[in-house]
Amino acid sequence: MSPRETRLDRALGAAPTVTAGPRPLAEMLAFAWRAILKIRHNPEHAVDVVVTPVMFTVIFTYLFGGALAGSTDAYLDFLLPGILVQTVMFTSIYTGFILNQDIQRGVFDRFRAMPIWRPAPIAGAILGDVVRYTVSAVLVLAVGLVMGFRIEGGAGALLAALVLLNVFALGVGWIFTALALMVRTPGTVMTLSWLVLMPVTFGSNIYVAPETMPGWLQAFVAVNPVSHITTALRGLLGGDPSLSAIALALVTPFAVTAVFAPISMWLYGRER
Amino acid sequence: MSQAILTEDLSKSYGPTRALDGVSLSVPRGQVFGLLGPNGAGKTTFVRVLSTLIRPTGGRAQVLGHDVATDPGAVRARIALTGQFASVDEDLTGRENLMLLARLIGLPGNAARARCAELLAAFDLEGAATRQVSGYSGGMRRRLDIAASMIARPELLFLDEPTTGLDPRARADVWAIVRRLARSGTTVLLTTQYLEEADQLAERIAVIDHGRVIAEGTAAELKARVGSGVLKLTLRDAPAAAEAARIADRLGLEAHAQDDPRLLEVPLTGADEALPLLSALTAEGAAPVDFAYGQPSLDAVFFALTGHGAEPEHEPAP
Ligand SMILES: Nc1ncnc2c1ncn2[C@@H]1O[C@H](COP(=O)(O)OP(=O)(O)OP(=O)(O)O)[C@@H](O)[C@H]1O
Ligand SMILES: [Mg+2]
Repeated sequence: MSPRETRLDRALGAAPTVTAGPRPLAEMLAFAWRAILKIRHNPEHAVDVVVTPVMFTVIFTYLFGGALAGSTDAYLDFLLPGILVQTVMFTSIYTGFILNQDIQRGVFDRFRAMPIWRPAPIAGAILGDVVRYTVSAVLVLAVGLVMGFRIEGGAGALLAALVLLNVFALGVGWIFTALALMVRTPGTVMTLSWLVLMPVTFGSNIYVAPETMPGWLQAFVAVNPVSHITTALRGLLGGDPSLSAIALALVTPFAVTAVFAPISMWLYGRER
Repeated sequence: MSQAILTEDLSKSYGPTRALDGVSLSVPRGQVFGLLGPNGAGKTTFVRVLSTLIRPTGGRAQVLGHDVATDPGAVRARIALTGQFASVDEDLTGRENLMLLARLIGLPGNAARARCAELLAAFDLEGAATRQVSGYSGGMRRRLDIAASMIARPELLFLDEPTTGLDPRARADVWAIVRRLARSGTTVLLTTQYLEEADQLAERIAVIDHGRVIAEGTAAELKARVGSGVLKLTLRDAPAAAEAARIADRLGLEAHAQDDPRLLEVPLTGADEALPLLSALTAEGAAPVDFAYGQPSLDAVFFALTGHGAEPEHEPAP
């Protein structure tokens, strides 16, 4: 028998003792670890979602800042909180993209044939998303700080802002998760997600105060959840936090989760 | 002891398509069982039902004594699946793939690391352990995919077309692995489109077509029905081929016409039947310009079993 066959025989004959599943927490952490490995191996995804917001920040601040807010510094303080919202929302598109890719490639078949807690792959991916949202928000924030943005509210406000951004993105992310479970290709997930995100990020109070907009647009901006969280973040980071604005900003993520999380889990459990 | 797999009248329909149309099979433990069939025969559907990924629309299926519909959890705890389409993560390295699965089945950190190292070495993947799977060759991917199924020792392993698309060298590697698996006592359900592969690896073989089992038995029994070999003749031209077919007929052999009218395939029960036929052809002026003796193709198997060749796709009934 060749040494190779001996090695194979020994490996195949060994029977490691395993704990009979399901163990939801450990499995979720394993999937979160996988999500983080994917960020490490595909850093271009993180760069992708950060480049556009940074570009917008630079262009808008230096080009229109003076005209819109009297000075570039004043405009940057106004703009950056909303840009952070845009950043985490762009990042949340990748949640759907990666999920769809997994399903198309057959990796999920293996997971689904294992004795694990059914929602573990999705729950773990969401946990990994917290890392992605935080990393991309911090990157954009760092660029902002270099350009002269000031966090008036201090470290506590910064922490609260990051938590708020995460809660918002995790909630909204369920829409893209559901979408990813419905369409055939990762590319379609991308295209459809942009179609949703473009109008809600531009039709908001991120770039300019709505006072000069036509009435119908003002009405849209007023009910747009993106405006709500932008307002809440401006308050937080500007040192003037408003509880009612924060509460209003939290309504959408919780409502979306309540509706789209069960839909996603149903779609996930459905046969393919 | 119960059978590894026991199905009764198992069916699965997709609209008008009957992917499985009443399959009753019994697979004993400790064997490699081959499921042989052309594209669209229902092999993957059978594997997906038995590995609890999809629910049957009719009939019953037990895996290792547990019903797939009523007790899928017990089935999942005892099986492993290496699917037809790579079930490893392209973005991760070979080692990371194995570590993820080791964690998921509950191996503690050190044991997981040791087990992954052992498997990477045994499957000749040590050198590629820290490379992303997207850069692997087809053969390496397959080996990793099988290793991933062997982290805990499953009682039953599903291998869905493990060698389709591999070059001969990589195919030989997978064959060697399956042989060692069989020796280790793991029950394996292997699907394939090649009679030669089923013959080489499996103790028992079921031939499946249009979702139905059309023959079942040991490789030897099947070959007794199909002929253990086939003589492939290339004649000078079409008339010579017709003449050769007549000569074969006279010797009690059946010559099957092929798409190319100069080609004939003659199933034989053994290589010793080839010589009399070749001499007769030469003596009567229909000497082949080329010939080869080999295993019957899947097409020849189907011809012998059903009287028609293997049809590649399952057309839904109008
Ligand atoms: N999800 C599905 N929806 C509709 N039809 C399906 C689905 N899955 C399989 N089928 C059909 O069921 C039949 C059997 O398919 P299956 O994939 O089991 O064949 P197979 O033997 O694995 O073929 P191959 O050798 O190409 O892998 C085919 O006609 C296929 O088109
Ligand atoms: Mg198949």
